[in-house]
Amino acid sequence: MSISNYPKEQLLTFYRQMVKVREFELRAINERRAGLIPGFIHSCVGQEATAVGACAALNQDDVITSTHRGHGHLVAKGGEPRYMMAELAARQTGYCGGKGGSLHMTDFELGILGANGIVAGGIPMAVGAALAFQMRGEQRVALSFFGDGAVNEGAFHEAANLAGLWKLPMIFFCENNLYGEGTPQDKQAPVKDLSIRAAGYAFPGVIVDGNDVTAVYEATQEAVARARAGEGPTFIEGKTYRYRGHYEGDPMVYRSPEELEAWQERDPIAAFRQRLLEHKFASESEITAVESEIQSLLDEAVEFAAQSPQPTRESALDGVYGDTHEGRVF
Amino acid sequence: MDRKITFSEAINEAMAEEMRRDEAVFLIGEDVGVFGGVFGVSTGLFDEFGETRVRDTPISEIAIVGGGLGAALMGMRPIAEIMFADFVACAMDQVVNQVAKARYMSGGKASVPLTLRIVNGAPGSAAAQHSQSPEAWFMNVPGLKIAIPATPYDAKGLLKSAVRGEDPVLFFEHKMLYAEPGEVPEDDYTVPFGEAVVRRAGKDITILAIGGVLPRVMAATEQLAAAGIDAEVIDPRTLVPFDKETVIKSVQKTNRVVIVHEAHKRAGPGAEIAAMLAEEAIGYLDAPIVRVATKNVPFPYAPDLEQYILPTVEDITEAVSAVVAYRL
Ligand SMILES: Cc1ncc(C[n+]2csc(CCOP(=O)(O)OP(=O)(O)O)c2C)c(N)n1
Ligand SMILES: [Mg+2]
Repeated sequence: MSISNYPKEQLLTFYRQMVKVREFELRAINERRAGLIPGFIHSCVGQEATAVGACAALNQDDVITSTHRGHGHLVAKGGEPRYMMAELAARQTGYCGGKGGSLHMTDFELGILGANGIVAGGIPMAVGAALAFQMRGEQRVALSFFGDGAVNEGAFHEAANLAGLWKLPMIFFCENNLYGEGTPQDKQAPVKDLSIRAAGYAFPGVIVDGNDVTAVYEATQEAVARARAGEGPTFIEGKTYRYRGHYEGDPMVYRSPEELEAWQERDPIAAFRQRLLEHKFASESEITAVESEIQSLLDEAVEFAAQSPQPTRESALDGVYGDTHEGRVF
Repeated sequence: MDRKITFSEAINEAMAEEMRRDEAVFLIGEDVGVFGGVFGVSTGLFDEFGETRVRDTPISEIAIVGGGLGAALMGMRPIAEIMFADFVACAMDQVVNQVAKARYMSGGKASVPLTLRIVNGAPGSAAAQHSQSPEAWFMNVPGLKIAIPATPYDAKGLLKSAVRGEDPVLFFEHKMLYAEPGEVPEDDYTVPFGEAVVRRAGKDITILAIGGVLPRVMAATEQLAAAGIDAEVIDPRTLVPFDKETVIKSVQKTNRVVIVHEAHKRAGPGAEIAAMLAEEAIGYLDAPIVRVATKNVPFPYAPDLEQYILPTVEDITEAVSAVVAYRL
């Protein structure tokens, strides 16, 4: 679909969300260096269009599962930067009260079933959510984000088979950024296009330009429509690239600066900005207004995190079980 | 003997030397090759041995462990790396139902010279799925051997024994030990399984220090010594097999024992050791057997909370002082 068929407000929302994701990551990286954030960060800089395009096709009561590289998915699904930043800073006010950190951020009200520390760990869970929707006759769908590395885990294959077999309202969203940690995709799988794997489970596999937010949005919309119509799952492979290391501090010996530069020329945000201007969907000043709005939002988020109280040490012991057993669990 | 290298370098050397010695030895795992392992433990091996013997795999723990098993059954001696101990759970069937039982189920025909190098431990704000010390999960599975070295010397010597042995070994490497230096001879040597070592001789109490907690235990003994408590520290080095004699001999002398480990307390390695002491050495004991271990909650992300649940030097000195002060 041509960009001219979109309402202007929607296009600006895409842009705003992508800038929010990137800015969140850049701030998080900075704040980690500055000491506010104690744990590891796997940033998604460069991959903003997959997160934003996919989540834009979902309703609030649809659910996602995310990964170790999950900040973008969370922001795109409506996660508030202040609570996310507070979680990264291990504060009481964070999404998980400081217990989860980057790898485990969760907000059920927003349909975020969690980032995940285990590669492919969230995929079966998403299938289970889709099963619940199907059993209760609800119109909701589940979308699982995962990387190119995750399709080589047994968990992916078992989940995909079940979803295909039972025609569950499920979207398998693979962000193929060409690497799993330091290993290039061609050393991890004998196929280049991972979407081909859907064929074995009898549902469609489609490839999209993962750096093009509208292409991602449209592919996801179609998959969501299929899922809601009871036609079962879709596998979407978004081809994209992460700019930074696997984790902050990764020496990146496994890839060339030229490769990175080539991808940066197709930057999802800069390219979209360009399109907005070219098609006169927004003026330079409107765009700058969005950008400075995000700057203030993130200023506020960092400030909120920094000012938030630490959790009490004893709170470490709370929340292991839902039922109380009066001292019988020791 | 005064050459000092780190725990990580000791493991690297053991792998390189075993690979030079025996063509059947190879390394397999996620990012063990070009990347050199996420903790850098296999640095340089890819360059020396090439991609056939230092094999980067897809993210497929079942295939890594199961593939290691099959290759071992065919006479290879694989060293498979599991990047974080937490991920062994992804390959649980292979470890528990296949690897562990292959010899027994076959009536003793199968040999499984497979070494699983597994990175365990906290802290680091790595949270609930990247911090665990699951040694005890596997103590309950007959057929597996479990090594848990605490010094560079033992890491190198035990790894060589593991590679040369005929049984599957879970070899736990605590991530906080990697940078610890220690004396390691240049000559070839091995450390046998099932032989504990006394790290510090003392008369008032026996402290059993399992794996990564050893530096904390040694620090605690300094403080305790200043307070007039002379602790004996025993490092079992392997949990299966376990050197009961050395521990019981020590308890005969001290009559008191504290067990320290970073695995969760409930049904951790200390539970089994305490039960064994209750069965076989209760007559020598003048005080309850006390365990200092990680509190029974998943690892929290917040550093302060993480410290709170982990066994610290203070936790150790407190527990030891209380046990020494205990009167029946
Ligand atoms: C079961 C499991 N194995 C290994 C890891 C270590 N690990 C974390 S992320 C990662 C690479 C994942 O690659 P991919 O799925 O392509 O996602 P990307 O990092 O590229 O976003 C690995 C190997 C893990 N967290 N869980
Ligand atoms: Mg990837």
